[in-house]
Amino acid sequence: MRAKLVLEDGRVFEGEAFGGELTAPICGEVVFNTGMTGYQEVLTDPSYAGQMVVMTYPLIGNYGIRAADSESVRPHVRAFIVSDPCDTPSHWASEGGLADYLAENGIVALAGIDTRALTKHLRTKGTLRGAIGLLGVDAQDLADAAEAWQPGNLVAEVTTPEAYSVGGAGPHVVVVDFGAKRNIIRSLVALGCRVTVVPADTDAETVLALAPDGVILSNGPGDPELLTQARACVKTLLGSGVPLFGICLGHQLMALALGGRTSKMKFGHHGVNHPVQELKTGRAYVTTQNHEYAVTDLDPDVAEITHKNLNDGTVEGLKVLRRPAFSVQFHPEACPGPGDTADLFREFVAQLPVAAR
Amino acid sequence: MPVRSDLKTVMVIGSGPVVIGQAAEFDYAGTQACVALREEGLRVVLINSNPDTIMTDGEMADRVYLEPLTVESAEAVIARERPQGLVATLGGQVGLNLAVALADAGVLERYGVEVLGTRLAGIRKAEDRELFKATMQQIGEPVPESRIVHVMAEAEEFAAAIGLPLIIRPAYTLGGSGGGIAGTPEELREIVRRGLRMSPIGQVLVERSLYGWKEIEYEVMRDAGDRCISVCNMENLDPVGVHTGDSIVVAPSQTLNDRDYQRLRAAAFHIVRAIGVQGGCNVQLALDPASDRYFVIEVNPRVSRSSALASKATGYPIAKVAAKIAVGLGLDEIRNPVTGTTTAFFEPTLDYCVMKIPRWPFDKFASADRRLGTQMKATGEVMAIDRTFEGALQKAVRSLDIGLDGLAAPEALPDPELDHAVAHADDRRLLYLAEALRRGRTVDELARRTGIDPWFVRKISNIVEAEAEILTGRLDLSRAKRLGFSDARLGALPGAGEAAIRRMRSRTGVRPSYKMVDTCAAEFEATTPYFYSAYGGENEAAPDPRPCVVVLGSGPIRIGQGIEFDYGSVHAVWALRRAGLRAVIINNNPETVSTDFSTADRLYFEPLTFEDVMNVIEVEQPVGVLCQFGGQTAVNLAVPLHGAGVQVLGTSPEGMDRAEDRGLFEAVLEDLHISRPAGGAASSLEEAEVIAARVDFPVLVRPSYVLGGRAMEICYDADDLRAYVQGAARVTPEHPLLVDQYVPGREVEVDAVSDGGSVLIPGILEHVERAGVHSGDSIAVYPPHSLSAGVRAQIAKQTLDLARALGIVGLLNIQFVVDGGSVHVLELNPRSSRTVPFMTKVTGVPMVAAAVRAVLRESLEAQGYHCPDGICLPPDPPFVACKMPVFSWAKLHDVDTALGPEMKSTGEVMGIGPTYAEALKKGFQACGLAVGAGATALVALADRDKAEGVLVARALARAGMRLAATPGTAESLAEAGLSADALTPEQALEAVRAGEVQLFVNTLTRGRQRDRDGFRLRRAATELGVPVLTSLDTAAALALALAAEGGPSAGSPWALQDYEVSMRSGAGRS
Repeated sequence: MRAKLVLEDGRVFEGEAFGGELTAPICGEVVFNTGMTGYQEVLTDPSYAGQMVVMTYPLIGNYGIRAADSESVRPHVRAFIVSDPCDTPSHWASEGGLADYLAENGIVALAGIDTRALTKHLRTKGTLRGAIGLLGVDAQDLADAAEAWQPGNLVAEVTTPEAYSVGGAGPHVVVVDFGAKRNIIRSLVALGCRVTVVPADTDAETVLALAPDGVILSNGPGDPELLTQARACVKTLLGSGVPLFGICLGHQLMALALGGRTSKMKFGHHGVNHPVQELKTGRAYVTTQNHEYAVTDLDPDVAEITHKNLNDGTVEGLKVLRRPAFSVQFHPEACPGPGDTADLFREFVAQLPVAAR
Repeated sequence: MPVRSDLKTVMVIGSGPVVIGQAAEFDYAGTQACVALREEGLRVVLINSNPDTIMTDGEMADRVYLEPLTVESAEAVIARERPQGLVATLGGQVGLNLAVALADAGVLERYGVEVLGTRLAGIRKAEDRELFKATMQQIGEPVPESRIVHVMAEAEEFAAAIGLPLIIRPAYTLGGSGGGIAGTPEELREIVRRGLRMSPIGQVLVERSLYGWKEIEYEVMRDAGDRCISVCNMENLDPVGVHTGDSIVVAPSQTLNDRDYQRLRAAAFHIVRAIGVQGGCNVQLALDPASDRYFVIEVNPRVSRSSALASKATGYPIAKVAAKIAVGLGLDEIRNPVTGTTTAFFEPTLDYCVMKIPRWPFDKFASADRRLGTQMKATGEVMAIDRTFEGALQKAVRSLDIGLDGLAAPEALPDPELDHAVAHADDRRLLYLAEALRRGRTVDELARRTGIDPWFVRKISNIVEAEAEILTGRLDLSRAKRLGFSDARLGALPGAGEAAIRRMRSRTGVRPSYKMVDTCAAEFEATTPYFYSAYGGENEAAPDPRPCVVVLGSGPIRIGQGIEFDYGSVHAVWALRRAGLRAVIINNNPETVSTDFSTADRLYFEPLTFEDVMNVIEVEQPVGVLCQFGGQTAVNLAVPLHGAGVQVLGTSPEGMDRAEDRGLFEAVLEDLHISRPAGGAASSLEEAEVIAARVDFPVLVRPSYVLGGRAMEICYDADDLRAYVQGAARVTPEHPLLVDQYVPGREVEVDAVSDGGSVLIPGILEHVERAGVHSGDSIAVYPPHSLSAGVRAQIAKQTLDLARALGIVGLLNIQFVVDGGSVHVLELNPRSSRTVPFMTKVTGVPMVAAAVRAVLRESLEAQGYHCPDGICLPPDPPFVACKMPVFSWAKLHDVDTALGPEMKSTGEVMGIGPTYAEALKKGFQACGLAVGAGATALVALADRDKAEGVLVARALARAGMRLAATPGTAESLAEAGLSADALTPEQALEAVRAGEVQLFVNTLTRGRQRDRDGFRLRRAATELGVPVLTSLDTAAALALALAAEGGPSAGSPWALQDYEVSMRSGAGRS
């Protein structure tokens, strides 16, 4: 079925719809991801809630889909936009094809798009909202719909509805789930932690009542400045002296709780090749990233910037002064992407109170 | 860290001659490295024996030594230049081995030279099988069960324990030389014996075969601060079992999920850190197609063919960055040349698919074993880029320049043979696969039989299915183009013709757009002027109003068209840019300097076919196209481009045609009263016999429809002629056979620049071997040492007359044969030639630049070349230089090493010295033929050569060699008073196998008829690394060189800058 993506600025990209049925136009924020592998992890990353993801690598679907590679229970992207999808995957572990998976989960996808041209457009204009409709739908109507679209409370859409626990007998780590990727939890469990995952709107008192040895503020979708309750929660947790580790959205919330700000980037960072330098050592890492906002205006008397992006100099990590708390903008849990910074989980767990270990 | 302040002078070791397994990629790497080091303010001293490279140009390094890559000559250079550091990882295996040898000989310590970049201890960890295995086991990276073997019994013991098949890999050899897969005890013994012999340290690895596993490569960079990135990963379409240099390779990997990709990437980092790499490193891994298991196959702690491919596939300049790392810079300090603002610490991401297909020499070597295994056989490779896999694959196939416009069936094989051919990899397997799919074999069945992942077979099947749709007229044109179908292929399938398809496309607006290779999938703004075509998208190659000229490159390296033609293309680009024009290059060889995106104003990575070139021309709207620098590939496009209204600059296509068409050329010669060997064209055996009778035997025969000496032979009598016609060639009126008188004189070669009125002849080259040996396989000497002034004048005059008559503007190459006082023209090539880089270096005349200026209508006089009577021929220099061919015999089984009119060499070295003998000596040293005194020469001569052969044998004996000979030859030697051990052919074979022979001089018993004993002996010697000389002229030259005064490193090393200065003063400039 021929369909089209219309951006809020009126630019039109025609393609072939596949995956979920396109019954009515759908809207979302259009972002591009530059990873060459890991499409399934991207689809199921809750941080992509509300976003239509364009894959810059043209051949997508080559190795199929398998349940174990999902980063959450279901795909969260609003739509999936590719150039040349593969309907005959080949991999020993594949349990099915991309198109079927998208169809089963009702995710609309477009194929045959010049994703490079679309990416260049987004790079030039900055992230834009877009609407996908069938070819016959009026382009102006779609552009208007895109422009009118508002994301809503994305974190509420993706967080766990209720708390649950997994893992072993080691330190107790509470993960505040703003849209956590599974590999955060898997990484902690692999280090022997007992992990309690709590909903995003859990207040600090409730978290502290769980007697955590440490707390992780997870990744998640959307604008951090809208999450006023979470910011207050983080502030209280910081004051409590419990060790904190923030990832992506969790990092942004930490900065906000410290009096810093976040600003929307032109087109964000979405990929698995983002270079980050650790300032103290000069060491550099290739990281997975997925964010549209960056931390700014940190008070150096409150927090130290520990990592910077080697491409654009944006803040990639901070350490709170006089508190056992740090956070990173990138994703040490990877999935997809390189595990170069996976040691951060180890470092976090290692600094938890000895008695707990 | 900034560049180390203790470094002032850095020495770079090049890779020497092009051989199979080590080609133009090291010119690209070396050139980048020299530029990168000089950017940091360092004085660069380069040693490389290969004159055909850009890196050995005088402008590339402060001191360029075109000297043998031996410990002796490298030491002499070090003693003279006193570098503080040495970069060993940019000159391929040769460079690495020489650095290790220099360290072992104590030279580095003696002169206080530090090995920069990856330390020698690290290099040893990667290169020495035993150390490598131990290192991997230490860090817990899995390696296949194996055993290091120094004697046969150890190999047999291991085989008994593990079972066959086993892979045998000799230590420290190029391109897997001497290795193989042994399926039987006999094969095991044969391959192990060969491997032990070929390994410089007498060591081979025998290991469990991972045949059929996925072969995955990572190109990793690491700096001294332990910062690590993966530039690119690549997946071999051919599974483990076919050497990666002989495999079709795709980038990035296609069938790996993210877990696979990251697990192998992490393993690569783990390994690179354990070895202590500082620079670039290639890591090869085998991945089980049915589980998570993987094994480490091998590691190359240096830039390589794969790193050149990865650089071109991604835009990331690995060699340049490696050189900067070597002198102390961190990846985070090196500027990213693509964005200009960020650092080299980033991982490229692709938004296209890259395909590499090897180019094999089997079109030249009809008798060679075409099967592919662990020993590399390809001479070169092509690369193609597209937004679809199918498109990239079909473009790569077209780029091979072997007459394929798509996946056409190679021959009509019956089903059972086709099934067999599919399962046994050779160079045609891709075509057989397509044919098998056409005949209804299923994807799964073929995947099972070949070990090729079903994903790849499915993609080939997509192409085959689309063909069927085209045949029934159901496929729309734009989809066909997205799948990479050429106009020619589309025209051939329904019988419409290429031109009709082109018109249809033009009418319907189905044109390619050009996309940029920018390392970042469009995430950041980039200005890389590097493009590929894709159908169905936005064009990024914005029109540029500055006038431009398109330079056609020469495609893949192959026998007869090597790196010398890339040299011409690169210099043409530079000359155009100096003239203020925008230079656009089209080429498809990922190994070369011409396809470095910083060489031209724009690079189009495209096949060199009429269609693909025209598409670029339509976008660029050039003032003209240069077809004379890209070898025959480019020349062949002159006429069709001209026919399409494109301005071919310089020599007109009509003039080119007159030079190349035999009949037209003869008429020109006749008009000018220039002689050529008598002969004619025959359309049957009878006609050939008539001509042969007229001109008298021996005759030189060749088919008329191939160029470059392919399938050319000398027939000594009617039997030979009959055998040739019946065996080799289809002789028809459309494809006649050319039969020429064979003139057994001195071959002489001239490269000249013509401005249409005058010619600049920088020098005349005289060949050592008499006519009959292909000029590319001959030793050539400058200045000529046996030509009279009268003959030289005749040659110069004929060059001028021919250039004028054909309207040559630009370069021309003429081959002459001089018989006594008479000069005959053999052929004229209206283009750059194999010898242009060599002549440029030894004469100091920038020939390509002069040619381009002439093409741009600047006369030679205006350029400063004084041409009295239309000829500028500078005086001889105060030195002698020779150019020697280098062969890749060890890689090609079943190929006869006897030299003849068919070219067989893959590369060249040069030697330079104050005298003829000393120049020869250096040349022989550089190509590894300098056998020491006390060595034994085995001599086996044909009856007709015995008188002359005795003289040569005497010279060898005088040079200190011991003689052995086959019985008849021994008798002749004895009659002449020379003592030689008489050996029967069987004894001779045993002596060769036992390592008792260091040189084999053998002339062929008869012209065509291959004498079995001689052939077996030649092959046995070759396989064991014993030099074989089949021309008495070469042997005489060797004897002369060995007898030259002084020790092995007689004479101080000469830098190009030294002789350039002396040449410039006498280069005939007004």
